[in-house]
Amino acid sequence: MEFYQRDRTLQPAGYTPIYKTSVARSPRQSLMSLQGSLSEITGPVFGQNELGPLDNDLIRNYAKDGDPIGERIFVHGRVLDENNRPVPNTLVEFWQANAGGRYRHKKDTYLAPIDPNFGGCGRALTDENGYYFFRTIKPGPYPWRNYVNSWRPAHIHFSVFGSGFAQRLITQMYFEGDPLIKECPIVHVIPDEDAINRLIAPIDLKGSVPLDTIAYKFDIVLRGRRSTLFENRLEGN
Amino acid sequence: MVQSLDYLKETASQTAGPYVHIGLIPSQAGFDIFENNFTNVLADENTRGERIIIEGRVIDGTGTPLRDALLEIWQANADGRYNHQLDRQKSGKVDEGFRGWGRTGTDFDTAVYRFETIKPGVVSGRNGKDMAPHINFWIVARGINIGLNTRMYFADEQEANAADPVLNLIEQKTRRKTLIADRDDSGSIPVYRFDIILQGDGETVFFDI
Repeated sequence: MEFYQRDRTLQPAGYTPIYKTSVARSPRQSLMSLQGSLSEITGPVFGQNELGPLDNDLIRNYAKDGDPIGERIFVHGRVLDENNRPVPNTLVEFWQANAGGRYRHKKDTYLAPIDPNFGGCGRALTDENGYYFFRTIKPGPYPWRNYVNSWRPAHIHFSVFGSGFAQRLITQMYFEGDPLIKECPIVHVIPDEDAINRLIAPIDLKGSVPLDTIAYKFDIVLRGRRSTLFENRLEGN
Repeated sequence: MVQSLDYLKETASQTAGPYVHIGLIPSQAGFDIFENNFTNVLADENTRGERIIIEGRVIDGTGTPLRDALLEIWQANADGRYNHQLDRQKSGKVDEGFRGWGRTGTDFDTAVYRFETIKPGVVSGRNGKDMAPHINFWIVARGINIGLNTRMYFADEQEANAADPVLNLIEQKTRRKTLIADRDDSGSIPVYRFDIILQGDGETVFFDI
């Protein structure tokens, strides 16, 4: 078994001068192509017993004396592979700013205030169908020092493991209709317009809870795995 | 026109950003939220194998160490077995308490990262060729658009390194040494120092795995 080769025409390059920090932090030599061995096709396994009951509820998991301020949302979707098969029991982690675009991080000095009832991180394991969900408040845009007047669109960071270390992925989810998406250098390091669109979560009214919480749907696709055609497929490919 | 292939496409990567700690190491961001936190300590008192420390820095193209990088490692146990169902090697046994994975951030002040783990054994590579003991690294940070994969090998495994099928794939021999960590036995636990150079002189070999 090995994973399909990563399609680097859909993935950002290392060196992308519109995102200034990438200039000094990108390798100048080519990546060395390496066929998968056990070191790449295996990866860490996590259990439900390692997570707390509120780990996927950002409205409650840091609440001190009330709910956080902001738009109450669900984010839900599936983790799939390129063969359109669910990736079950995989760890998904997420983090974000609060409704005003302020991160709970000692290095964030933006003047928008911290929300005393909002931490801004959570995690979940996908179920047997690759499904995950969490509840949070919609993050606000925030300024950053790239160009003088650069603003990140509202976004939630995602970290996903998959079943092998070669599938390890960090990405960002954006929200349907946000006009800042088309202005953002970090978004546009991705060379493929369709690949960008796949990072934008549509609003999902059917998944919403009336008079309570609105939903966004965000599916994540990890690399698919191959076993040699016509060999026995007892591994389930 | 032909029929279309119905594969999905991999989700595009994005940078982990400067505040990656919030989600992955909240204590480093400055707050406490989860009951159970993932750490840079891989081995406990029951883990078999030689205790080691891995320390180093991640250095950019101007020679400046990153203070906001996040690193994860993935490794076999002392018998050379990965704690994963796809590892069906006959030799050695799985160490139930040893997951083989850890994560840490470079320190905001010193820029040093550190793992406490055990030295891995030899793992069988492709076509049954043994790979020298190694630890798989994955590095993300602000300014890194897609996670960087590399491997750390051990300077005191000269013979195994010389026969390692992955090191031998690196065409320029002078670049192989960027993956080999020196051993320091001056303390109570051996320390392997492994600096990762993102760009320029002595640039670390990164893999498209």
